[in-house]
Amino acid sequence: MHFFWKRVLGTIPSLVGVVLVTFLLSHALPGDPAAFFAGPAANATSIAEVRAKLGLDRSLPVQFLHYVDDLRRGNLGNSLTTGQPVLHDLLERLPASIELTLFALIFAVAVGLPLGVWAATRPDSAIDHACRALVSVGAAFPTFFIGLLFVYLFYYLFGIAPQPVGRLNEILYTAPPRVTGAYTVDSVIAGDWGVLRASFAQMVLPAISLGMFALAPIARITRAAMLQALGSDFIRTARASGLPARKILFTYAFRNALLPVANVLGMVFSFLLGGSVLIEQVYGWQGVGAYAVTAVISSDYAAVQGFVLTMALLYVLLNLVIDLLATAIDPRVRFES
Amino acid sequence: MTAVLAIEDLSLVFRTRHGTVQALEDVSLTVDRGEIVGVVGESGSGKSVMAYAALGLQDPAARILGGRIVFGGLDVLNAAPDVMAATRGREIAMIFQSPRTALNPIRKVGLQIADVLLEHTAVRRSDVRQQAIDALARVRIPDPERRYEAYPFELSGGMCQRVMIAMALACSPSLLIADEPTTGLDVTTQAVIMDLIREMSRGARMSTLLITHDLAVAGEYCDRIAVMHAGHIVEEAPTVELLQRPAHPYTRQLLASTPTPQSTIDQLVSIPGQLPDLRSELPACRFSARCDRHVSACDERPLPWTALSPNHLVRCRVPL
Amino acid sequence: MATSSFALNAAHAFGENRLTLVAVVILALLVLCALFGPLLAPYPPLMTDGTARLVPPSSAHLFGTDALGRDILSRVVVAARLDLGMAVAAALLSFAIGLTLGAIAGYFGGWPDRIISRVMDTIMAFPLFVLAMGIVAALGNSVLNVIIATVVINLPFYCRFARAEVNVRREVGYVEAARMGGNRALNVLFHYIVPNILPPMMVQVSLNMGWAILNAAGLSFIGLGVRPPAPEWGIMVSEGASFIISGEWWTFVFPGAALVLAVFCFNLLGDGLRDLLDPKRRI
Repeated sequence: MHFFWKRVLGTIPSLVGVVLVTFLLSHALPGDPAAFFAGPAANATSIAEVRAKLGLDRSLPVQFLHYVDDLRRGNLGNSLTTGQPVLHDLLERLPASIELTLFALIFAVAVGLPLGVWAATRPDSAIDHACRALVSVGAAFPTFFIGLLFVYLFYYLFGIAPQPVGRLNEILYTAPPRVTGAYTVDSVIAGDWGVLRASFAQMVLPAISLGMFALAPIARITRAAMLQALGSDFIRTARASGLPARKILFTYAFRNALLPVANVLGMVFSFLLGGSVLIEQVYGWQGVGAYAVTAVISSDYAAVQGFVLTMALLYVLLNLVIDLLATAIDPRVRFES
Repeated sequence: MTAVLAIEDLSLVFRTRHGTVQALEDVSLTVDRGEIVGVVGESGSGKSVMAYAALGLQDPAARILGGRIVFGGLDVLNAAPDVMAATRGREIAMIFQSPRTALNPIRKVGLQIADVLLEHTAVRRSDVRQQAIDALARVRIPDPERRYEAYPFELSGGMCQRVMIAMALACSPSLLIADEPTTGLDVTTQAVIMDLIREMSRGARMSTLLITHDLAVAGEYCDRIAVMHAGHIVEEAPTVELLQRPAHPYTRQLLASTPTPQSTIDQLVSIPGQLPDLRSELPACRFSARCDRHVSACDERPLPWTALSPNHLVRCRVPL
Repeated sequence: MATSSFALNAAHAFGENRLTLVAVVILALLVLCALFGPLLAPYPPLMTDGTARLVPPSSAHLFGTDALGRDILSRVVVAARLDLGMAVAAALLSFAIGLTLGAIAGYFGGWPDRIISRVMDTIMAFPLFVLAMGIVAALGNSVLNVIIATVVINLPFYCRFARAEVNVRREVGYVEAARMGGNRALNVLFHYIVPNILPPMMVQVSLNMGWAILNAAGLSFIGLGVRPPAPEWGIMVSEGASFIISGEWWTFVFPGAALVLAVFCFNLLGDGLRDLLDPKRRI
């Protein structure tokens, strides 16, 4: 337990850094921050008002304190495009993005891990070459291009995917009552199987497109880690002890191979969170990414800042989870300090 | 005396990208019930290759050119994989050097022993923990209950080796192969581990094949010693006989280069030359290039065995 | 440096590895397009033609035309300049700064190391594409700012690598000798150590280049950086996206394929270079 809290406290420097950077990006760059927040349609008077209201006429350290205080109170400013508080906008759309990213991750892991293991146990076979080819080629495709290709192939050409109108075809279905905000989960809670099927069908293509880019590093690292594990001394001992092949492969080799995989998950999450912005754009997914793109184009600065901050906090949290996961897999980590 | 392990005229090569490595040629060795046989040689002489072959664990790149390995009636080289898997860990066990890396780093040592017990014996899941603890106690690990829960990185090298021995002996095998078990351990621990191995062997009337590059260790613990050089067994004799009346020039040189507590730096002699490149065209006697007794007859194939006495064999045309 | 034997080794390795050779050739072609695009293009990339809108690939227009009647092949060819230009500029700048900072951190340790590492860790605390979006939004929507954003998000990659490599070489024989010889620390660092880490860093540049291209393209896809009517692969894909549901696939497939080709070839080149330098690391 002591170790757990230590790790949690260890995220504080990252959190401080994130808050500082987002502050600097909006308040400390050349140009007038008040003009940023007032928006492109403002005139001199409204800019002056904004400057006074946001305290941008004070010194930088004081501004920073105000900024932190605002964050503490959940005040991320107001969005110019929706007119709502940014925090409200983000919270409304966050479940959609998390749902999408989670499904993409599940896909990437569900395909990448077995593929990597299989390729490692049959070196130089067809499956091994297929794995390596997938890894090389998959890593070269821009996420948005895969998304568009999938829409073209599966929606337009083959007609097996639903229209890419976002999370749910609002004409045919109504969204389930909001509990978590994730349509798949909420429809299960509400017992509405039609909506579950529909929302899941809408999810498939975006999740797979997003997951493809994460699939490449997962498969590659799994394969490499398994190869290394299978060639190591303790596997030789396990074989010499006559342990069954299945046990050697899974309990001995695979669990050891999970360590490097857990380490690469950090990078994978960085891809996924960034890529989700692009995929939401392609599929019209009503998540924070799409919100942010609109905000960036319309110079809705408070919204962009809120978005960057939220994603960063989410990322720090995810990295903490990975860290704890790594500890569960590898007891040596606990004893490092 | 019945032979527990009989290696007969084993020839083995490795096919690699840089040529065919002639790792073993016409190697023959027997281990009888209850004896400790030592195999001594420089690194690269093929000792470990032979040991892995006896377990059926040779490298996938290895090709058997000829010979047999018979373990208690089982033809190892032609046995079905599941038969071999059932034999390994149960009837033949092996321990390795660098014990800490030879154990699964993220699995408790007690569980690793339990895995072996569950696989090879009819023990119930509810009893296996206690049996594993008993195995740890048998190798004199202090506080075995607590050590069951330990990970290899929490134990010293000597402790890890004990764990490996416990794992190897858990199912009371009839043959233990110990591949450089003391390499990487400090001198005091080496003695302790070797004493433990000997005690376990004698106690269970288990046969042991001890592989080592250290002639002094072999001399101290083995009943019989076989000397290997470049994939050949060059001499085989009871220990005392080998140490006092070495017949092969290589054995003599090995003895001469083994430091004693009394020797000084200038007294240390090294064996001239190096092991021949096993990928190249090799002469009948692979020691010829380093031998000071070489005559033209040495190059005639096949190189015969000379019996200086019923149990002292040497493979040389001009034995000492 | 034994450049002649390096060249011989390179020739041998590339000969062995046909795929890498093909990648180099394709990259050379792309560089040619980047340099001489306007001369190679069959049509002016900005020339619109109201009569030839959304024409499928044909003999007149090999890649078809877009919504404004512009020839897609010409635009794809000319776009190489922006795409490769942005990525190369960002990668090289990031490499130079990252190498310097990482070398200092790795060699001197102590406070410089702590500060530099802290900065890099802070950058890495963000999902990188999101940070790039934030930087471009803060600095203003322009190509230069996209380059700056790309430089910033790639810094930690180079910095950490350089730091690790310099750290490893700090106590090596020839470095000790240089120190004993009375050289000042910075001199030892930049004249003795850094030249030796350049080969592995070149591998990293090549591997990173693909990621830099994808990043810049991603930003243009969502409307940051490059503005229409400038030809750039990301923006062309974005423009073509609206026509998928009406089946005019050529508007987005060809620029997308160009992206894939460029990134793939840089990755292959990087792998080839890595195999050349350190075959043991081959996975």
